[in-house]
Amino acid sequence: MEKRVAIELKNITKTFGPKVIANKNVCLTANHGEILSILGENGSGKTTLMNMISGIYFPDEGQIFIGGEEVTIASPKDAFTYKIGMIHQHFKLVDVFSATENIVLGLEEKGKYDLKEAEKKVDEICHKYGFEIDPKKKVYTMSVSEKQTVEIIKVLYRGADILILDEPTAVLTPQETQKLFAILRRMRDDGKCIIIITHKLHEVLSLSDRVSVLRKGEYVGTVITAETNESQLTEMMVGKKIDLNIERSEPKNPVDRLEVQHVSCVDRQGATVLDDISFTARAGEILGIAGIAGSGQRELLEAIAGLQYLTQGDIYYHNPKTGQTDDLRNKTPLQIRELGVRLSFVPEDRLGMGLVGNMDIVDNMMLRSYRRGKSAFLERKKPKDLAQEIIESLEVVTPGADTPVRRLSGGNVQKVLVGREISSSPTVLMAAYPVRGLDINSSYLIYNLLNQQKEKGVAVIFVGEDLDVLLELCDRILVIGSGRITGLVDARTTTKEEIGLLMTKTVETAPEGGSDNG
Amino acid sequence: MANMAKKTREPLLHIAKRDDMPGWKAWLIRLAAIGLGFLLIGVLSSLLTGASFGKVYNIMFTGVFGRLLKGNTILLWRFLQRAAILLCLALAVTPAFKMRFWNCGAEGQALIGGLAAMICMIEIGDKVPHGVLLLIILACSLLAGAVWGMIPALFHAKYKTNETLFTLMMNYVATQIVAYYVVLTSAGSGSNIIKPVPYGNLPILFGEEYFLNVLLVTVLMVAVYIYLKYSKQGYEITVVGESQNTARYVGINVKNVIIRTMLISGAICGVAGMLMVAGTDHSINTNTMGGQGFTAIMISWMGQFNPFIMAGMAGLVTFLKTGAAKVADTFFLNSSYSDIVSGVVILFLVGCEFFIRYTVKFRHSKKGGEAR
Amino acid sequence: MNIFVAFISSAIPLGVPLLYGSTGEIVTEKSGHLNLGIPGIMYVGAISGVIGAFLYEMSCGNAKENMVPALAILIPLLCAIAGSVLMGLIYSFLTVTLRANQNVTGLALTTFGIGIGNFFGGSLVKLVDSDMPNIILTKTSNFFCAQLPFADDCGWFGQIFLSHDFLTYASIVIALVVSFVLNRTRVGLNLRAVGENPATADAAGINVTRYKYLATCIGSAIAGLGGLQYVMAYANGVWSNNAFGDRGWMAIALVIFALWKPTMAILGSFLFGALCNVYNYIHHFFYLGHDANRELFNLLPYVVTILVLIITSMRKKREHQPPQSLGLSYFREER
Repeated sequence: MEKRVAIELKNITKTFGPKVIANKNVCLTANHGEILSILGENGSGKTTLMNMISGIYFPDEGQIFIGGEEVTIASPKDAFTYKIGMIHQHFKLVDVFSATENIVLGLEEKGKYDLKEAEKKVDEICHKYGFEIDPKKKVYTMSVSEKQTVEIIKVLYRGADILILDEPTAVLTPQETQKLFAILRRMRDDGKCIIIITHKLHEVLSLSDRVSVLRKGEYVGTVITAETNESQLTEMMVGKKIDLNIERSEPKNPVDRLEVQHVSCVDRQGATVLDDISFTARAGEILGIAGIAGSGQRELLEAIAGLQYLTQGDIYYHNPKTGQTDDLRNKTPLQIRELGVRLSFVPEDRLGMGLVGNMDIVDNMMLRSYRRGKSAFLERKKPKDLAQEIIESLEVVTPGADTPVRRLSGGNVQKVLVGREISSSPTVLMAAYPVRGLDINSSYLIYNLLNQQKEKGVAVIFVGEDLDVLLELCDRILVIGSGRITGLVDARTTTKEEIGLLMTKTVETAPEGGSDNG
Repeated sequence: MANMAKKTREPLLHIAKRDDMPGWKAWLIRLAAIGLGFLLIGVLSSLLTGASFGKVYNIMFTGVFGRLLKGNTILLWRFLQRAAILLCLALAVTPAFKMRFWNCGAEGQALIGGLAAMICMIEIGDKVPHGVLLLIILACSLLAGAVWGMIPALFHAKYKTNETLFTLMMNYVATQIVAYYVVLTSAGSGSNIIKPVPYGNLPILFGEEYFLNVLLVTVLMVAVYIYLKYSKQGYEITVVGESQNTARYVGINVKNVIIRTMLISGAICGVAGMLMVAGTDHSINTNTMGGQGFTAIMISWMGQFNPFIMAGMAGLVTFLKTGAAKVADTFFLNSSYSDIVSGVVILFLVGCEFFIRYTVKFRHSKKGGEAR
Repeated sequence: MNIFVAFISSAIPLGVPLLYGSTGEIVTEKSGHLNLGIPGIMYVGAISGVIGAFLYEMSCGNAKENMVPALAILIPLLCAIAGSVLMGLIYSFLTVTLRANQNVTGLALTTFGIGIGNFFGGSLVKLVDSDMPNIILTKTSNFFCAQLPFADDCGWFGQIFLSHDFLTYASIVIALVVSFVLNRTRVGLNLRAVGENPATADAAGINVTRYKYLATCIGSAIAGLGGLQYVMAYANGVWSNNAFGDRGWMAIALVIFALWKPTMAILGSFLFGALCNVYNYIHHFFYLGHDANRELFNLLPYVVTILVLIITSMRKKREHQPPQSLGLSYFREER
């Protein structure tokens, strides 16, 4: 069947600064009445490419054709005029406004401003494509999936024919994902051009008509979904099967260090984010945690660190020095420290939680240890030595130890953070996405540090997103989905596919888990 | 058409954040702003009075410092005293500001501290020995200021009640309480004025009435500097101010730090009130602080929360106010001229921070930039 | 009964400057700007109007017969608006364009504005060489205070509702119009979005800078009218330095009390007027013992405001909270 071309990109190149090439000579075509997936790993330039279509970035080189005519898209407003709508990963909504108010915000329609009329129109759109949303509902009372619905309707209300969705399922439960897919198919049948950015193979296969693959900013090729399979797509996405060559030693006499039992907790809106989580972390091994972003990884680590209130469950710590077992349930980070628990935590949000951006490296070294000693005054000698030591041993690129960490590059910020956490000779080390945004060399440095800790007998918990890394670095991998444990596998024997399956597995349990939004 | 759109949407000026300006350069910009402000004042004064530039500045200078060369230090001490009170209030709000707690209630906290001193002086002034009385006065002022500062902090810590508005309102509650006390005490005397009380006045050291005031504030300045920079509590204040998330992550009890810091902030304000009442006026009225609590907020901000720079700023503002008042006096202008003059320089200083924190670049090339 | 009517009818004029001030501040705060310069702006509004009226009276040879009513009202009105808009422009330039700290800028502007008010006020006093420390613009004030002709015939109803100057009624109309614009128009929706979440507004194609400038300047103009009303109507055309007092701060307090709703500000400002008036009337109703006890009633408006502030923060109802980005500068590249 011959399709009408909606949008065509020719030789698009975009660089950030002299070094970072986000997109290089990318060409692709999307048609009306079809769903096109843009597939690629994290950092392959998918989002940058789509931001150029929606007017947020401007390409350095190349042309964009819409309906066969060359166009210039210089701002989100221009994108609207060409009927392009993008649904970002981070929603741009005003919390105290109702759904409809958000939808009509910024529109320059002629005639009277009539919210009732707009609500009617919203209802029509909902009816046409099968959305379920109350146009009067305030955004701050909405679930994530409802907010996403508002974003999609917002774009449709403006008459978009080309819809771009950036990782739309990252924040959705499997049920919500199925619903979204049904809606997207309906829109396709209505003649719209849908582009979805994703790195999840099974979604690509179940949803899209064609797949375009990007790898490291370069266009690899386009295939028709019906004529391809997972292994071909994987090969296109990752290139050859990569051997990361991370050294992995056998765990030496592992003993149980941390026991998490039936832990549950809720977020501020009262929705369950962790549901009956139980596992054991052993000294001398790396326990990986895999899962779709936002499945409860952050909450789990924060719960152990004493930053989340547990509604249920216990966390037992077996102290290797005293041989005692302590319950860390609902203790503050300070109380945990005072129990003699040597817990180090490299949080996901490095500058917003792990470090203070405006303080220099020395002062950041003290964050964990400044209380030491009875004096009312700070002791800066040791932190200064430590800062110097970390700068030298981890090769931190910085003008000096008195430079605010905010001015360091991402990799160097992480070295400072990990260096500090390791320096307190922990017995448990938790690291959330420690290599996110880092270059290859820095990443390997971090892997090596984690391995060294493991060999020293530390119980390492590693939350990662790159399955290749998880497979080669960890000893066991715990998979969580929607706040529940979906599997525990041996990293030496499992496969990528097995983990991928577990990550998206729908757990058949407690009806309240699914009924929230069902 | 699309090309047209692009041209108009690419702004000529591009503003970007910067944080790499060397200190000396930043200070050069600030000095330039002060200089510009002074120039404007000179022009304004010349236009209003017809006097020459040199004469205006000369009047300002001698009006502030007097005839120093002839050994007359009366005006100098008065200047130091005024600057000291202002600095004291600025020192008080600084720990709170560093914590990103916008304590706009220095005026009220100081007034309540002063009221506590006044009550001590009147009620027990003639009953206890002078030395003991001074200690009681100090304790009461500290406590009163601290309580006044703590009330908004409690609610902010517990319910996140907007602290700017709360502390602002507390100022007026304090003012009205003072008004009540003044009427209560002066009843029957025919006028609503409390006559200067001879008890509990701060001692005169080295023959200078204000020596102790200035000395106390100088000590306080060093103490606050050390507290913020070298103490563990000061470190906690910085961490809480920069990121409450980080504070929680390292086990700092954020609520406690907020309340503790406001206790300190309020207590120092109480000291300022005591210095005004027991050390300067020996009386109290609703205008005892005269809006200095608000000026202090600007001093603290312009001094980058550094007590020593704040001392300079307090000196600058006091100089402007006193000098401009002298100019107004000489040429029969209204005394509010000094508010305008200090306002102009402060606005210049507030505005110039932009050029320190941001860079403005002209766009030459159309290529390569973001579409915005 | 009579004293009660007198209480109410004298409470209303006390509330009017507050209503202007708080309506102006609501408009400003809706754009995300906590303008602590409002007290100063109200002073500037008042003195600008006084200067305008003064010059016009002079040019007419101080004779009421020569004055054209329309001009006698329009000139001070336009002067007041021009003066306060100028102040609003300074504030917006510093906080929007130069991204200066809003609290500091506002406080500086208040010092500056009160200084300007008192400076020019004092200078005018000197100019007319009067024995009293004030300027008397009775003739202009008479035009401002013109009452509805039938007010006196309507008994207590007339005294309470009909006996006021036109700026009093205008204040209510303006508050209602502002309420309508905020809640029922596209411009209002956009403005509220700017104050809540400027990044979202920006992404939706709203010109954040323009909205912030406009809202601040319009808000300042409205607040400035409050100063004018105070001098021309409440004080019968008598300007004396510092007489306006801290009404500007009370107007800011009122914004909290009104939960950022102009219609609530109407109720609130007259309630505040009544609360302020309690001080003047309380001894007619109750025996207070000591004279000083009366002073305590001056506390009422502030204590009530604090209570409202606490209660709304405890209840955490999102609609009753300040605009989310209140007090923060917006810098686009940070998104």
